[in-house]
Amino acid sequence: MTPIVSDPEAPAAAVAADVRRAERTDRVVGLVQRQGAPAVLIAVVLVAAASFPNFRSFDNAATVLVAAAPLALIALGMTFVIITGGIDLSVGSLYVLGGVVSAYASQWGLLPAFLAPLIVCGLVGVLNGILIAYTGMAPFIVTLAALLGARGLMRAISDEGSTTYLVRSDAFRRFGTGSFLGIGYPVWLVVAVFAVGMILLARTRFGHAVHAVGGSEDAAALMGIAVRRTKVRVYVLSGLLAGLAGAINAAKLGSGVTVLGIGLELDAIAAVVIGGTLLTGGAGTITGTIAGVLLLGVIQNMINQVGNVPSSYQQLISGAFLAVVVVAQTYLARLRRVT
Amino acid sequence: MALLEVLDVSKEFPGVRALDGVSFTLRPGEVHALVGENGAGKSTLIKVLTGVHQPDGGELRYRDEPARFATPMDAQRAGISTIYQEVNLIPLMSVAHNLFLGREPRTRLGLLDEARMHREAGEILRRYGVTTDVRRQLGTLALGAQQMVALARAVMIDAKVVIMDEPTSSLEPREVETLFGVIRDLHAQGIGIVYVSHRLDELYRICDTVTILRDGRVVHTGELAALERIRLVSLMLGRDMSAVRREGFTGFAGEHATAADAAPVLEVTGLSSRRRLHDISFAVRPGEVVGLGGLLGAGRSETIKAIGGAYPVDSGRVAVGGRELKRPTTVRAVRAGIATQPEDRKAEGIVAGLSVRENIALAVLPRLSRFGLVSDRRIDEIVRTYMDRLQIKASGPDQRVGDLSGGNQQKVLLARLLATRPRILLLDEPTRGIDVGAKAEVQSLVDELAGEGLGVVLVSSDAEELIEGADRVVVLRDGAVVGELRGDDVTTEALLQTIAAAAEGETPDDH
Repeated sequence: MTPIVSDPEAPAAAVAADVRRAERTDRVVGLVQRQGAPAVLIAVVLVAAASFPNFRSFDNAATVLVAAAPLALIALGMTFVIITGGIDLSVGSLYVLGGVVSAYASQWGLLPAFLAPLIVCGLVGVLNGILIAYTGMAPFIVTLAALLGARGLMRAISDEGSTTYLVRSDAFRRFGTGSFLGIGYPVWLVVAVFAVGMILLARTRFGHAVHAVGGSEDAAALMGIAVRRTKVRVYVLSGLLAGLAGAINAAKLGSGVTVLGIGLELDAIAAVVIGGTLLTGGAGTITGTIAGVLLLGVIQNMINQVGNVPSSYQQLISGAFLAVVVVAQTYLARLRRVT
Repeated sequence: MALLEVLDVSKEFPGVRALDGVSFTLRPGEVHALVGENGAGKSTLIKVLTGVHQPDGGELRYRDEPARFATPMDAQRAGISTIYQEVNLIPLMSVAHNLFLGREPRTRLGLLDEARMHREAGEILRRYGVTTDVRRQLGTLALGAQQMVALARAVMIDAKVVIMDEPTSSLEPREVETLFGVIRDLHAQGIGIVYVSHRLDELYRICDTVTILRDGRVVHTGELAALERIRLVSLMLGRDMSAVRREGFTGFAGEHATAADAAPVLEVTGLSSRRRLHDISFAVRPGEVVGLGGLLGAGRSETIKAIGGAYPVDSGRVAVGGRELKRPTTVRAVRAGIATQPEDRKAEGIVAGLSVRENIALAVLPRLSRFGLVSDRRIDEIVRTYMDRLQIKASGPDQRVGDLSGGNQQKVLLARLLATRPRILLLDEPTRGIDVGAKAEVQSLVDELAGEGLGVVLVSSDAEELIEGADRVVVLRDGAVVGELRGDDVTTEALLQTIAAAAEGETPDDH
């Protein structure tokens, strides 16, 4: 074999160009990973606004937002959980339980109607978190148990669903149905909670710890992050938000409805993943989750606009969206690694 | 005065006495080498010093007071920083966030001060020769740069003690110099450094004191300069000095008898891959060990991976025994008789959670199964054969591979490769991070396998290993072949000259 002379094109300048190109690709891919979902949302909204005159109305927008409020809260908590590399299946059940507890507690006034579901669902979150963080059990199993347990508890409280607790506090009901500047109070509350959530995730040590735990648990521990405490906190947060979502729903409907919330945890997971959060943990944004939640809501609304289309199509389209996003994410992540 | 001290410390794990009455003293401004074979207790001692493990007996003293670190965080807060052999950072987080994780600067509102983090991260990293955008994801950086970030992180807190576990294993020579510059700075500031490395040259260049561990005990401690190199090795191994002298530092015997006109078992022609590989060609005859030389990033690992079907290739052909491998994938490569030992043993090689038996059997399952069923007896046979032949030290075939020492993990990996009865063995850093004894065993095994007619491609950043192990060395730079050493030319000097000459060719000469 004859020695081959070095390719004259290969030297330093070309290498430097390669590095620059790699950095550029990395930036672009990173931008798509973070901002892809909001961009798609805007596109879908524009298409919907162009196709359906009714979609453009302010009232319709307000309806979409109010309908999306409970899912948004649950998805917010789910975002934290998924970024740590976990999953919380109990939130759908906690949402219903929270609603029933809230309606029941409303007989003592507005504040108990909020606090009672937060306490109950928060405690379930504590239990989830402790079992997951300190015994090393899989989040899937622990929160599945909590899903069943919380549903059972709700059934017991409501006598197998035969007793419906009506909201007794007028102030609480006004919170659920009233509006400010044409937009329902629940939406304002959700906006405020999201603002806090964004700051929590991006601008606090806790938020960084959440990313670190999901990115590499061992490395995070060696870097001095309190891994277990962080895990417990995200499940508590998730439980609290599910409880709050339940309270909002009770206020809106005027009673603790026991037949809702089946599969809501899956909608939340879908919204989070569509929003660009990695199901394997370590990366995700709250703007993405907002976009994911609204996308699901807008798709539903569009189908309602069309009229005589069965609502199961909404799930079909949402499912397709989810599949596309997961494929795109895998592709983008690979692009980023190779460069 | 002692900065950090352990007195008569013991630590036991189920079945193993990892530390047995170990005493160790680190003084301010001292660079203290900690050496020993894998399994000698170095890692355990480090973990006791950094709060990962609690000692079963004995005393830990820090700055002349009894100390107890319940967690790594406790030790860090007290001023003991550690950089680990494998980069232990968060790949998905940005460079700056990794640097400040857990001790981020905060504004008056208690929120993180992003602007300050980015500014300071840039300033700090420039001192370590890293000039990348600190907002980039850490995982997209080269390994050497990641290691530098880990180092910067370890040093930037008010560290009184910095523990470095094989810090140079993923660094380029230039980066090693930067690291040594940092160590000299720390030394001048009175910071104590515990330096763990298998590279003797480095130890003698940078360390003042040495403590040698063997089988969980301290066998020697004292000034390093006063200790002859050969004596250090013999103390580590517990072997007779004259034997070490006679056998040399590596386990390689010398040249392999290969018929010069034998048909090549592996032919690589014009292998190119987007940006990383440019027209790489070489051939390996049966019984020949061909080394791939070059610096980190020269394209050696990529070449190995490309041949094994694990790296995307744009053009070029790979032929095994004259038959071309069409559209190579890992499965097709394995079927054709190519066995690849990847560079990153933990991530791409062994399955730490499975047993020795399961790890060895993984790759042979397709060959052993009939109608999808596998005979346990036949697996046992194969596992026993290779455990004996490679002298794998495990409590039995059912021990978890993750609990074995690095050297034995590597042997398990080799056993798995050999069990597929390959014709070609691609070895990427086969002795990285394994102790001297196991290293020699792996090296003589490579010799033996070549003797049996296997074609071997060897990548090693240990020049001695490459020179003594390979019959020919193909030298790469920037993803292209820049020269080849054969016969009497296979020497360290010639290797360095070829690399250096290639580097000079880089200066712009018009054409």
